Amino acid sequence: MRLSWFNVVSLTLGFAFLYIPMVILVIFSFNESKLVTVWAGFSTKWYGELLQNEAFLDAAWVTIRVAVFSSTLATILGTMAAYVLVRGGRFMGRTLFSGMIYAPLVMPEVITGLSLLLLFIGIGLDRGVLTIVLAHTTFAMCYVSVVVSSRLVTFDRSLEEAALDLGCSPMQAFRLVTLPIIAPAVISGWLLAFTLSLDDLVIASFTTGPSATTLPIKIFSAVRLGVSPEINALSTIMIGIVTVGVISASLVSKQAMVRQRREEQAAARAQ
Amino acid sequence: MNSTVFAPWDDPDQKPLIRFRNVTKKFGEFVAIDNLTLDIYEREFFALLGPSGCGKTTMMRMLAGFETPTSGQIELNGQNIAPVPPNKRAVNMMFQSYALFPHLTVWDNIAFGLKREGMEAGKLKARVEEMLRLTRLERFAKRKPHQISGGQRQRVALARSLAKAPTLLLLDEPLGALDAKLRQDTQFELMDIQEKTGTTFVIVTHDQEEAMTVASRVAVMDEGRIMQVATPDRIYEMPNSVYVADFIGDVNIIEGRATPLEEGQVRIDWAEAQPPLFATTSARFDAGQTCYLAIRPEKILITADQPQSNDNALRGKVVDIAYLGNLSTYHVALADGTIIKAQTANTRRIARRTFTWEDEVWLSWTATAGVLLDR
Amino acid sequence: MRRLVLILVPYAWLLALFLVPFIIVVKISLSDVALARPPYLPQFDWAEGIGAFLSELDFENFVFLTTDSLYWKAYLSSLTIALVSTLITLCIGYPIAYGMARAPEEWRPTLMMLIILPFWTSFLIRVYAWMGILSSEGFLNQFLLWIGVIDQPLTILNTNSAVYIGIVYTYLPFMVLPIYAALDRLDGSLIETAEDLGCSRLSAFWLVTIPLSRNGIIAGCFLVFIPALGEFVIPSLLGGSDTLMIGKVLWEEFFSNRDWPVASAVAVVLLLILVVPIVLFQRNQQKQAEAEG
Repeated sequence: MRLSWFNVVSLTLGFAFLYIPMVILVIFSFNESKLVTVWAGFSTKWYGELLQNEAFLDAAWVTIRVAVFSSTLATILGTMAAYVLVRGGRFMGRTLFSGMIYAPLVMPEVITGLSLLLLFIGIGLDRGVLTIVLAHTTFAMCYVSVVVSSRLVTFDRSLEEAALDLGCSPMQAFRLVTLPIIAPAVISGWLLAFTLSLDDLVIASFTTGPSATTLPIKIFSAVRLGVSPEINALSTIMIGIVTVGVISASLVSKQAMVRQRREEQAAARAQ
Repeated sequence: MNSTVFAPWDDPDQKPLIRFRNVTKKFGEFVAIDNLTLDIYEREFFALLGPSGCGKTTMMRMLAGFETPTSGQIELNGQNIAPVPPNKRAVNMMFQSYALFPHLTVWDNIAFGLKREGMEAGKLKARVEEMLRLTRLERFAKRKPHQISGGQRQRVALARSLAKAPTLLLLDEPLGALDAKLRQDTQFELMDIQEKTGTTFVIVTHDQEEAMTVASRVAVMDEGRIMQVATPDRIYEMPNSVYVADFIGDVNIIEGRATPLEEGQVRIDWAEAQPPLFATTSARFDAGQTCYLAIRPEKILITADQPQSNDNALRGKVVDIAYLGNLSTYHVALADGTIIKAQTANTRRIARRTFTWEDEVWLSWTATAGVLLDR
Repeated sequence: MRRLVLILVPYAWLLALFLVPFIIVVKISLSDVALARPPYLPQFDWAEGIGAFLSELDFENFVFLTTDSLYWKAYLSSLTIALVSTLITLCIGYPIAYGMARAPEEWRPTLMMLIILPFWTSFLIRVYAWMGILSSEGFLNQFLLWIGVIDQPLTILNTNSAVYIGIVYTYLPFMVLPIYAALDRLDGSLIETAEDLGCSRLSAFWLVTIPLSRNGIIAGCFLVFIPALGEFVIPSLLGGSDTLMIGKVLWEEFFSNRDWPVASAVAVVLLLILVVPIVLFQRNQQKQAEAEG
């Protein structure tokens, strides 16, 4: 199909709008000057300074730990929840359950954060890494369960029945048949939970204590005072990791799709 | 009874392998199976035939253990199977979608059930290879399901469900996904494999031709009930109801009033200006009872001149000809507008065909050619 | 038995960490502020019994919200900002989605990835990127001065305009994706049929394309409107001191004023406001799912 000039213009402007701010951000992370808006020559010194900045490194370490724990926990709970939603049949309180799965997706973060903080204070739990993990797991599991259940819905149920028919216990059927097939959805659920946790400022601010500062909290308090080249450098690193990750993931999945299609065609021809 | 003919259902000493006793299955308010009683014998190739929604798949899923009867009992070898979960039943099922595990190779798919039994490696390998040989899949053992064709997938599904040597194999529309030509070949292959392995097969299908081809007995179902269970030829030649006659093959149904004569002869008065028809039947009809004469198109002779000897003769005009290659079906309109279908074999080339549109013809058949039904 | 465990574990988790906290918020919103820690009264005490506890609760905080103009102004301005920025996002997002759906088949996965990529990058960083652009010595002003449109730098950062830009920018993918999905499903022959029956291209667009992508438009609008309403990061980084958004008010009430009961009341009212669009959104999604059957 030929693109009309209108479509070309809207796509160009649209993607320019989406990407120019990030490109500028990346460019000025290599700026010599402390002033983020005036170009003063190429330098990587802000990266050097960033790596010296212990406060940032500590925060990064806390963030990664929180993200790994909470996304793993969220993936397990979210997959269970998805299974219950799609395959659980009827049970008492099913409506409440699905409501609790979907509500956190649209709940403003300030409310989620506030309510969890009040709970932690109410039960006298010391705030720190543990409370952030609990908080992140709770909202991330809902995202995971949405991702996994959308895969489970299209999952051919007779595959599980075939496994049962061939002598599997329900647990074996899940482990040997269902899980390997829905694995891509479970993995992308984990990745989603991981980035949500890495990214979260509001809920972490509410549920953390003085002992644990995450990277977004650190960045937020730094940028409130204005733009700084160090933050640009940090942002560039984060954008870089995400870009490489997303591009390689999409290449891998595209390749797998192309190969599958080719093999299917070959099989059909060979008949 | 000749002992070489396979007909355990006629032998009162035979014990059935499967026994449905007054089985009813309800889904909420909907009655899927309505108080059904049925026996299936060992080594049978039994077909459940009916339109979609008639309950045939529900029966199969109850045998496999994915559904339990609401009331009544299903016995396998005299044992009630209701409490046995699907993974503990000596019953295997071949799914309509084949349900091949996409992440496993053909070999692993076939070995899947055997591994669950904990079969030891050497025996397992031999068994899988035997199955591959049986289904002519040796060359494809290392492939994944998406790398083989539809017909091959069908054979993998068959091999997988046969690998555990089940007492009973259930096949849910096993050929539904194949195209017409492949389906015919596969039908014969299925019969061949059934004979070789001696397994009892229960097949679910909506394709009457398929059921007639493969099955030793056919059960015609409608709305959760079995209308008739019989061998394919009896189902075709001696349907017990208009529903069965109409469901299997092409048929003319003529409704009329019966007048019993001597020696099983019945006179049927069916239309004002038309001569009465005669049929022979072993069933009893009262005078004036509503009856239905079912007559297959190929049993009707079509001639230009009035036939001399046949019991029944009607006059009409050819309004339509359906040319089917080996056969032609003539639609003949009688004076009162009734359309009767008659079929002849095309032994001559088309240019020398005897009848054409608007020709006046005679239709005739003997008293024994049709079946007289009371419902 | 196994099924019970499977249901109970995530169920109990969500009850304990989603529903119970929420009930606590409602409860505290009905309590009185106190200079203790935790700074609210009454605290639940089994000894005094539930009756005595409940009798201490009242709607004082909600009454307070109506008397202080700060709050209803904040709600109103949040609604306005969310609504206006949703409409702007729609106007920008629709042409992008349309262009994507019309792009050659082999480009689409790439375009799709370009839309999704910002999803995965930090929200905070994307908002931060605009700080350098919108400030008085920022790139936008430099650019405008350079092409001669203005001769004095504009003040954009720390105004509501910056908040609009921020919301539109960060939520644009949420608008584009559902509309693109709807347009992608749209059968091209329908538009050809419309043109064949005498529609001009523009009227075919209005009479066929727009109605058939309606569900995508509705979904996209809700996906932008709902989070924008409770937004905190964007108004606090890009907005000025006079930018009133309820998320920011709640934050300040809680962290600066330490008035937990009022903060909780603010949260409860925000949620009540959100219930309407959320329910509408759910209904739209359900209808769409049913239509696809």
